[in-house]
Amino acid sequence: MKLLYFAWLKTKTGVAQEDVELPSGVANVRELLDWLKGRGPGYAEALADLDAVRVAVNQEYARPDDPVGPGDEVALFPPVTGG
Amino acid sequence: MIRVQREDFDVGAEIAGLTQGNRKIGGLAVFVGLVRDMAGDRAVGAMTLEHYPGMTEKMLHRIEAEALARWPLEASLIVHRYGRLEPGDQIVLVATASSHRQTALEACGFLIDWLKTKAPFWKLEEGPAGAEWVEARGSDDTAAGRWDEAAPPGGEDPKAAE
Repeated sequence: MKLLYFAWLKTKTGVAQEDVELPSGVANVRELLDWLKGRGPGYAEALADLDAVRVAVNQEYARPDDPVGPGDEVALFPPVTGG
Repeated sequence: MIRVQREDFDVGAEIAGLTQGNRKIGGLAVFVGLVRDMAGDRAVGAMTLEHYPGMTEKMLHRIEAEALARWPLEASLIVHRYGRLEPGDQIVLVATASSHRQTALEACGFLIDWLKTKAPFWKLEEGPAGAEWVEARGSDDTAAGRWDEAAPPGGEDPKAAE
């Protein structure tokens, strides 16, 4: 799976983009975020308040129960502030 | 038509290009967003706009398609910049043209309101105390929500992950 991080999610995790192998038991957005939290202090801090995190799966806004799989591009970012 | 670019844009030239040759246009509405030198009570020296290449274009196309489905527009244009910008610089242009002013004005308002809550852009402001990511405002959701009487673009809202 390709993971992308934007804005302060990139700053806190220290990662802009990475390829990860999903462990078994990670099949939706909620499970993915739970797993990512355990990958290190930066991830734990970035994902401490999930109300402030938006997720896109293959460039579409996704919800906690939406499925994720090995071939997906998943992006994590804060609420948008363009315009 | 949508464009995402680092370069500045010329509003006059964009408008001329948009309306050229279309004599059905009776009204043109234009919104231009600029970089302010203050954010609340903090001075802003510059800002950097980050975006999600690919998804940005996808969302802007979808928002524009939604406007075209809701209003009888003759032409529409969204240009959004990214990269480092300074106070006074142009950030975004939204232009809508129709036979009548009301249609053009409403569609223009819809586009900028929806863009602010859907398009994946983030502002990093540089002030005296360093750089800070701008937080999303509840008032932007409220502004976008006033167009909610019909389905929002794509039938989806940005949802909290949990």
